[in-house]
Amino acid sequence: MIEFQHVKKVYDDGFQALKEINLEFKKGELTVLIGPSGCGKSTTMKMINRLMTPSSGKILINGKNVSEQNPVELRRNIGYVIQNIGLFPHMTIGKNVAVVPHLKKWDKAAIDKRVDELLRLVNLDPEVYRDRYPSELSGGQQQRIGVARAFAADPDVILMDEPFSALDPISREQLQDELIRLQEELNKTIVFVTHDMDEAIKIADTIVLMKDGEVIQTGSPERILRHPANDFVRTFIGQKRMDSETSIDIPIVDEVTVPNPVTIFPSRGLAEAIKMMERRKVDSLFIVDRQHKLQGIVSIYNVLDQYGEENKTVKDVMKPIGYLVRPGTPLPDAVKMMSEHRLTNLAIVDDTGKFVGLITRGSVVKHLSEVYPSIVDSLANTFGEEA
Amino acid sequence: MGNYQWTIADLLSYMGRNSDLLWEYFVTHVIMVLAGVGLAFVIGVPLGVLCSRNEKLARSILAVTSTLQVIPSLALLVLLMLAFGLGTTTVVVGLLLYSLNPIVRNTYVGLKQVNPSYVEAGRGVGMSPMQLLFKVRFPLALTYMLTGLRIAAVIAIGVATIAPLVGGDGLGREIYSGLNGQNPLRIYAGAIPAALLAIVADLVLGALQRRLNLSERKSSRNGSKKEPSASPTV
Repeated sequence: MIEFQHVKKVYDDGFQALKEINLEFKKGELTVLIGPSGCGKSTTMKMINRLMTPSSGKILINGKNVSEQNPVELRRNIGYVIQNIGLFPHMTIGKNVAVVPHLKKWDKAAIDKRVDELLRLVNLDPEVYRDRYPSELSGGQQQRIGVARAFAADPDVILMDEPFSALDPISREQLQDELIRLQEELNKTIVFVTHDMDEAIKIADTIVLMKDGEVIQTGSPERILRHPANDFVRTFIGQKRMDSETSIDIPIVDEVTVPNPVTIFPSRGLAEAIKMMERRKVDSLFIVDRQHKLQGIVSIYNVLDQYGEENKTVKDVMKPIGYLVRPGTPLPDAVKMMSEHRLTNLAIVDDTGKFVGLITRGSVVKHLSEVYPSIVDSLANTFGEEA
Repeated sequence: MGNYQWTIADLLSYMGRNSDLLWEYFVTHVIMVLAGVGLAFVIGVPLGVLCSRNEKLARSILAVTSTLQVIPSLALLVLLMLAFGLGTTTVVVGLLLYSLNPIVRNTYVGLKQVNPSYVEAGRGVGMSPMQLLFKVRFPLALTYMLTGLRIAAVIAIGVATIAPLVGGDGLGREIYSGLNGQNPLRIYAGAIPAALLAIVADLVLGALQRRLNLSERKSSRNGSKKEPSASPTV
């Protein structure tokens, strides 16, 4: 579908941004270009729609050399999602989505129909959002529009340049999920640039790992995880938690929490508690009040003991919390506490009594497996003995 | 003027008696200003675009336009009179040269401050350079360009009052007649409308600028006006 043949890029000052790139992006696949900043991943992507020009070599789309095509026409047939603020602030959402169909001179009825269709596709109600301006939308919604715009003229190829990197983690997850869903539906050839390995693993069909203007390894996420080509790939895969060198030395409890600890309000009934445990697949719930202050913990046994009494709430059967830690506590202290008192989990509570996080044996082990691949075995054994 | 006492009522009755002539002066005044500033806009905006493309060119163009503006207006008009002779042409060319600096400079600054990622997005979706200019860069530089126009208009309205010295018309004629005849009524009858014209131009262009600025960045008010059904849903 898209082919790079001996592509090089040398800047005027002699800097070699790309050294001999040979790549193939397969039709209908989502290929992620990933690497540390300055590795040439964005440059590589921007050559596809001629926002950048190679110094030598050829880039073919469906066998046709892009440098022989009119750049303006070429770009109208390639969707493009820019890093963060790609929406035009002076145009409504509807106009923003319609930019490419408009440039391609579709008739008005067709454009209007397409805009509504696309807004629905990215889960935004056209009636509500069509006539709003980008500044009235949240970051996540704006980037959803950015994605919709790229799909607008139904191009075969879509380029995405770190589209979700400026979003908060929750919106980012949502948009990744949506992109996967869209891709399953529409099967476009997508080239996606990111520096986030988690993102790449989550969405990619094929990962292309780059460094200093060279392709280091190409393959499916599974393959790259199982068979990293060299030490660079190995560190890059595990890099997320190693971003700051200091955190390797003494991680704090805040870094090792479970993503969404399951909490329940004190006034809830016992049947509700059981239902929630069942749904979230846990055996105990943390009880927090409306101010998010931690009140106690209730396990499935506490609930079942008293289940017959319909008027009881979780407040009546909960147990006080025996052990907790403050945010910022070094992980070794917390681990020691869990180990000594045979705790399966440990709540993190701030000075005002608010429940801010939860570490479990699972989350500790997961953290260790990411940070200390070599010594995880010995540590896991220690936990095993305690359990 | 000395011992001659006059009141506002005298002024008003004078203006009422001579309303036809004053109106004619007023209209020619406005036409001269529109012609001068309009031409400056037509020439200045492309120059501003040119400046935004090339820093070296920008420096020389802006040096010329700001030098033009530093020349005292009377001196400039007299110099132009040598070339264009007595008459309205000289005045319009003078106003054009005076208005050039604020318009070129603000166009240049306005285009420069457009966030490059919008330009890249425009290029990325396949806009030609012209479409990029008219659909993205101008709209996002519009408030700056209007500031230039506003400054130019206010200056031009003032400078146009000295038009009669080089054979032009306008409210200046009434002012100079008043000066020559030592008649303060006539001076005021020319000066007050000129001042009001400048103030109104400033207010109108200022209001326009605010409205356009609003639609550019935060437009919930605009949006809900157009689409009242949209707001309650959220």
